[in-house]
Parts: sequence; structure tokens; C-alpha cells
Amino acid sequence: MPQARFKPGEKVKVMQAYPLGHVRTPYYIRGCVGEIERLCGSFPNPEELAQMRDGLPPQPLYRVRFRQQEVWPDYRGSASDVLEVEIFQHWLEKA
Amino acid sequence: MSKDDDTAREQGKYQPLSYFQLMEVTLRELLVEKGIVTEEEVQAEVEAMRRRTPERGARVVAKAWVDPQFKKRLLDNGSQACTELGIDVAALKLVVVENTPQTHNAIVCTLCSCYPRTLLGIPPDWYKSRNYRSRMVREPRAVLEEFGLKIDLQTTIRVHDSTADMRYMVLPMRPAGTDGWSEERLAALVNRDSMIGVAVPRGMRPAGNG
Repeated sequence: MPQARFKPGEKVKVMQAYPLGHVRTPYYIRGCVGEIERLCGSFPNPEELAQMRDGLPPQPLYRVRFRQQEVWPDYRGSASDVLEVEIFQHWLEKA
Repeated sequence: MSKDDDTAREQGKYQPLSYFQLMEVTLRELLVEKGIVTEEEVQAEVEAMRRRTPERGARVVAKAWVDPQFKKRLLDNGSQACTELGIDVAALKLVVVENTPQTHNAIVCTLCSCYPRTLLGIPPDWYKSRNYRSRMVREPRAVLEEFGLKIDLQTTIRVHDSTADMRYMVLPMRPAGTDGWSEERLAALVNRDSMIGVAVPRGMRPAGNG
């Protein structure tokens, strides 16, 4: 089973990739830099499950916290507002 | 859905099945015909789904309000804490997020409509709408205002996009003036929308506005 490579508080960047198929990384968050909020555990890869395969080995899943003003440059609200998204490890790289 | 369809429905006129209704009937009949499920099992599952209501979530919230140890366990591991109350959330990886005077939490699923059904029942239609799903991550303050909830700029808004295996529930703040209330009485204050984060419990003013 792949090891969890990131720790809470670490900065990560979401890959800016556009593979075909069923992907659970929203478009709007690709390419954004955030911070690991927590490791949720490991879960079968949804991209594989959608192809009727077993999705194994399970992939580490994180909750990543982004500052709203970095996600949306014209964001209206407080500078401290955040957005938290669940992202699988294979979509993340060190920032 | 055209305006004519709406009018016809209001007048109670015969409506042909829609694409998805027809799909559902076809699939169900095939599954029954092939002996994979029985009509009784389908019926029982539909009824079980309808029996799950936001009152379950409200019980969990009220318990967390009166029992600080339980609250700690709930925030650490939501699913396990619910089991203590005899609420079976086995399939649910529950993450409970706590509202405080400094932070207001709200839940959305931008990709589909993931929702903690075992605790809150069937999701409201607006939760599944494109409008809510696309705007809640983009302009949460504007969306919350449309729900009648104005959040002060001093309060941080934390929006949770439920994109994968976890499910979320907001633990709202306990209203002032409820000291000594029983769990049942407190649970009655906890409305569904306050556990999604688009409202606050009954009889309470929003964070930062008090």
C-alpha cells in the first residue's frame, strides 16, 4: 500500500492535469497550492473503480485547505476564508 | 422541464414517465426478474431511507452540547462517536466540523451530491442544484445571505467540498440561554440546515452578529 507522503501543515500543489474518465479532483482546484489539513486514510482509487477495476492498492486521501483568495483572485469576503477539498495523493506534489 | 409540464402537473393531468423514471422502473424490473432483488427488498430499502431524518443528526448535536467528552470524540472520529448513540453510520466516514464565534463551516459537494444521509436523511433539492454546488465554493457569503444568514467579515468561513470518501456534518454553536436544558429540548432547536451550515439553530442569531 502506498505510504502517506505528506504531513498536516505541509504545502502541496494540486496537479494541473486533465485525464479523461471519472476523476474526483474538481477542475477549479487543479494547479492551486494549499496546505494538508489531515490525512483521512486510504481508499480505493475512484478513477480505477469507475473502470470496473478493484482500485487497489488503496491510495492515501487528504483534506487540503486552500485560501479562498488564492483560488479565486477576485474573491469577495474575508482574507481568512478557506476552502477544504478531499484530494488523493497521486494528485498532489510538494509545493 | 417546460412550463407546460409544470402547468399540467399542477392540474393533475397524466404525465408520461421521464427518461430517468423509465430507467429506474426498467432496471428495477430487470433486477427482480433475474432474482437479484425482490420487490419487497426494494420497498423495504426505500422505506428505510425515508425513515432517516435530520432528527438523528440533531440528537448527535444535542449530545455534543451537553457532554464535552462526547464532543471531543465526535470531532476526533465522527462515525465511531455516533455508534455510541446507537446510530449506525457504518458506511459513513463522518467528519464533524465545529462552528465557533470565529469560524463558520458549510458543506457542499461540487461534483455530485454527497451528503451524510444516515444522519440527515434525503438531501434537499437545492443541495443537488447546480446553483448551490457551483456557487457555494466560489461566493459562499453571497449564497449564505440568500439563505438569510449574514456572516460578519470578522468570522472566517470554511467551506468543505465533499469530493471523495468522507461525509461532513456541521456542529452548530449552542444557543445562549439554554443552560440546563435537556438533550431532547436542545435537539428540537437543531434544524437540518444548521447541520449543513446554511443556517443556525432555531432561536439563535448568526456568528458575529450577536
